[in-house]
Amino acid sequence: MKWSEFFTSSVGKKFVMGFTGIFLILFLVVHVSVNATIWAMDSGRMFNLAAHFLGSTVVPRVLEIGLFLGFIAHIVQAYTLELQNRKKRSVGYQVPMGNKGSKWYSRYMGWLGTFVLLFLVIHLKDFWVPSRFGEMPEVSYVPGVDVHDLYSLMRDTFAGHLWVVILYLVGCISLAYHLLHGFQSAFRSLGVSNSRYIRLIKGVGIGFSIIVPLAFAMMPLSMYFEWVN
Amino acid sequence: MEHYTMNLTLKVWRQKNKKDKGGFETYSVSDISSEMSFLEMFDVLNERLVKEGRDPIAFDHDCREGICGMCSMYINGRPHGPWEGTTTCQLHMRAFKDGDTIVVEPWRANAFPVVKDLVVDRSSFDRIIQAGGYISVNTGNAVDANALPIEKDKADTAFAAAACIGCGACVAACKNSSALLFVSAKVSHLALLPQGAPERKTRVTAMVAQMDKEGFGSCTSTGACEAVCPKEISIQNIARLNTEYGIAGLTNDK
Repeated sequence: MKWSEFFTSSVGKKFVMGFTGIFLILFLVVHVSVNATIWAMDSGRMFNLAAHFLGSTVVPRVLEIGLFLGFIAHIVQAYTLELQNRKKRSVGYQVPMGNKGSKWYSRYMGWLGTFVLLFLVIHLKDFWVPSRFGEMPEVSYVPGVDVHDLYSLMRDTFAGHLWVVILYLVGCISLAYHLLHGFQSAFRSLGVSNSRYIRLIKGVGIGFSIIVPLAFAMMPLSMYFEWVN
Repeated sequence: MEHYTMNLTLKVWRQKNKKDKGGFETYSVSDISSEMSFLEMFDVLNERLVKEGRDPIAFDHDCREGICGMCSMYINGRPHGPWEGTTTCQLHMRAFKDGDTIVVEPWRANAFPVVKDLVVDRSSFDRIIQAGGYISVNTGNAVDANALPIEKDKADTAFAAAACIGCGACVAACKNSSALLFVSAKVSHLALLPQGAPERKTRVTAMVAQMDKEGFGSCTSTGACEAVCPKEISIQNIARLNTEYGIAGLTNDK
């Protein structure tokens, strides 16, 4: 089997989806961990320093390119598969199967992914673009080193802006359901078939899909309700 | 369970041939015994249609004991009807109540074109089997059945996969019309046994290639296939096929 044959077959395409999916799950771990430093109750010192480290060190910057490639591969492949799969049944059923045998979120991964993608675009516009290309308020913790004050940008984005908070919550809920199916499905696509690992993956997957989006959702809420100082 | 009779309304898909557009026709059937099988109920209706000089409803069937994989029918939004782990021929009328309306449709998938009424062309499955669902054997006398020791667990798992009768309910249930549960059952059945070892890599490669060529969709792990399979083939076979395909694809020489 040539590489081209492997990556263009229906099974190979799912292999790419699973691999990039797990890569993006790993990114979520990093993202939620770094963001959780807003709850250090130090007026964002730790958070700003962590963001500065990620933005000014070579390895994370290289990984950032990989991250963008991972996102692009996952998104392009997903839409390609979705469009191809939709063409496989020209005449539909009079009585649809509905939830008999499958969960709704497993059938609507394309829509959930689209919501996550729309959220991602807004999220990049809110934080990533200003920190890379725009004018940012600076703050200095170490003499001679100015760092971006992302913490105050975060506070300005959410405090008093209920609609932005709601938008972010919708993004987090979409992500939760996307992960609820995607986490375990990714491992199946990569071929994990041992019963003991499947049980482990299912358990970890459900926990991850609830805890991580919930932690993300708490961030705009913390800013809106001023739970952090 | 106590015997009872029922009157039913059937909405059945009628289509003259592959090119006909087709549509639903409604029939009333009366005095149907709760002990009848679903196909026997269709026999009763067809006898009446023949007597009336009308075209009987075409449907696939053969053994009528749940092992040949010929019967199909998508009944009230579920392949093979409401009972779990049951083929249409083994579905009995006690699954329904007096006065029920039952909607009967053919398997829907572009890879399974409708031949007539409820009959679909499933020869795409035959071509997938032909592509790699075989093993190499020495000619001459048959080898003694127990000459090759096989671990009990593996033999059981292979047997469970081999129970697939190739009816196509997995394709009918899948939102993507994916045939991966069927193909993975066939691949697993042989991959788990020493007899399947010689063609291990080429088998999975060839069968997946043929599956794609036939126009089936890709698996998105919704689990609908496993839920409707009359032989209760596990979705874990799909994960095993993915492993087999990954090994074959990533360790190839070319």
